[in-house]
Amino acid sequence: MNSQTFAKITMRVYLALFLAYMLLPLAIMGGAGLNNTRFPSVYPWVGITDRWFIDLWNDQRMWGSVRNTTWVALAVVFISVPIGTAAAILLNSVKPKVRSFLYGFMVAPILTPGAVIGISTLLFWNSFGVSAGLYLSVLGQVSFVAAYVMLLVLARLQSFDPGLEEAALDLGASHGQVIRRILVPHLYPAIGAGAIIAFFQSVENFNVTLFTRGNSDTLTVYVGSKIRSGITPTINALALLLIVVTIICAFTYEVLRRRAEKRAAALVAAED
Amino acid sequence: MQELIRRYGISLSVIMAAMTAFWLLALVVIPNLVLFKFSFRLYLPVDQLGGPNDVYTLKNYVTFFNSPIHINVFFLTILYSSMVTIICLIITYPLAYILAKVLKPTDTATFFLVLLIPLWVSEILRSFAWFIILSMQGPLNAILTGIGLIDKPIRWISGFQSVVIGLVYAYILFMLFPIYNAIQALDTNQIEASQDLGASTWRTHWRVVIPHAKPGIASGCVMVFMLCAGSVVVPTTLASTNSRWFTEIIQQWMFEGLDWNVGSAYAFLLLALCILFVSLVMRVLNVRLVDIAK
Repeated sequence: MNSQTFAKITMRVYLALFLAYMLLPLAIMGGAGLNNTRFPSVYPWVGITDRWFIDLWNDQRMWGSVRNTTWVALAVVFISVPIGTAAAILLNSVKPKVRSFLYGFMVAPILTPGAVIGISTLLFWNSFGVSAGLYLSVLGQVSFVAAYVMLLVLARLQSFDPGLEEAALDLGASHGQVIRRILVPHLYPAIGAGAIIAFFQSVENFNVTLFTRGNSDTLTVYVGSKIRSGITPTINALALLLIVVTIICAFTYEVLRRRAEKRAAALVAAED
Repeated sequence: MQELIRRYGISLSVIMAAMTAFWLLALVVIPNLVLFKFSFRLYLPVDQLGGPNDVYTLKNYVTFFNSPIHINVFFLTILYSSMVTIICLIITYPLAYILAKVLKPTDTATFFLVLLIPLWVSEILRSFAWFIILSMQGPLNAILTGIGLIDKPIRWISGFQSVVIGLVYAYILFMLFPIYNAIQALDTNQIEASQDLGASTWRTHWRVVIPHAKPGIASGCVMVFMLCAGSVVVPTTLASTNSRWFTEIIQQWMFEGLDWNVGSAYAFLLLALCILFVSLVMRVLNVRLVDIAK
């Protein structure tokens, strides 16, 4: 065997090992949701059961937390997407000095630990007499989710031709029309991706929510308290369901993204 | 700003500026200032508020510096977060290079598509997965005893080893993606030129690929370190009594001690640590903030 094929095989093995490392733990966790043992485990394998799913289905607290999570995530999307988009547009049309100054503040929440964001949000709104609750979780989450949206939209703005806006203005379009008909359609892919990422960031969030939630549950908080208070395979059943939902969403997102990319490529080709 | 008004008109510009201002002021800057202010005030009963005891003081920070246990936990958190950051870097650098420069682009795309699954599954479930794997009767011990590598099950969830294992698994993708993006932007001709001119593989990486990947490495290190030091979920799931994390102490002050003032002083220390780390990485690797946050 020459050294080049050896290197190739080593690389393949490395890639395969990494994939296994990333996926096997999830498979083990999900699999334990189907195993008929009291403590979640895949070994020894006792037999397939649906009892953990039935337990989960009958758990009212779980349903309440799912409802809360959905509302919080939707609220985060509806607040952070407009804010992030507006911030990106603003950033794109200010002087370079102001731009790097503002940029620093805008990305800071991404580099701030969630616990710090949670506590500072709690203290700030508390000083206005707003006590902890899910609306504070929404505000805390928006503070860093808006930054992700801003970065996505800002990246998309780089490929925008401001001449189009000039042309529209010269031809007598109103300012509202320029935004509605020229700018926003160009930003749609970034806004869509931003909305999906915002939704998932919110659903997954634990740290900010933990400090701001008051007495309400979200799905991650529910899972966290279940893990601490006594483990049964119902958590694994829930995990399996969430993984399946994740797979479906991830693939849909990817298919949509690729389709959009292809369309963009076709458009460029047509222009040439 | 004039540019903005010229394009989008006064009212729309004002709306956009107002939304941005609300975000930056009400959700980012002022809450952190309030946190900072809180950390210098005392936790007092309501009737003493505004009284002679309601003063600015360093007492909350003194609490930290007078507690050897808390100082110890703080430095262990830094130590093990740095360790996780380095482990992630070592594992992902070759991976990022292979994905960016060796594999066919379609294969790379498929690889990343599969990686979306662990990326989108929540952090808490990912650490729970390792809780199951590492438990005494878990699959890892079963395999190791099965193949005869060990005689009796090992207690994995003890000390910091399980926390490190969980943290690496939870945050490694935040290292992989930025390094991949940076290497991918490198012109392959440069690598070939270096090889044609007789540079060894090591030298090519040291002099050509790594310098180009620096912003990605900086970004990955900052993200992983920050996520580790600020992690709440992984330590609560995988730590044991002899391995405590700084966020657990913050939680203790906030929820059990109900002393938000000391809590905010501790939270501010965590924030200061992260700011320090970001500036250190920017200084050492000589990159700008724009390169880190992309």
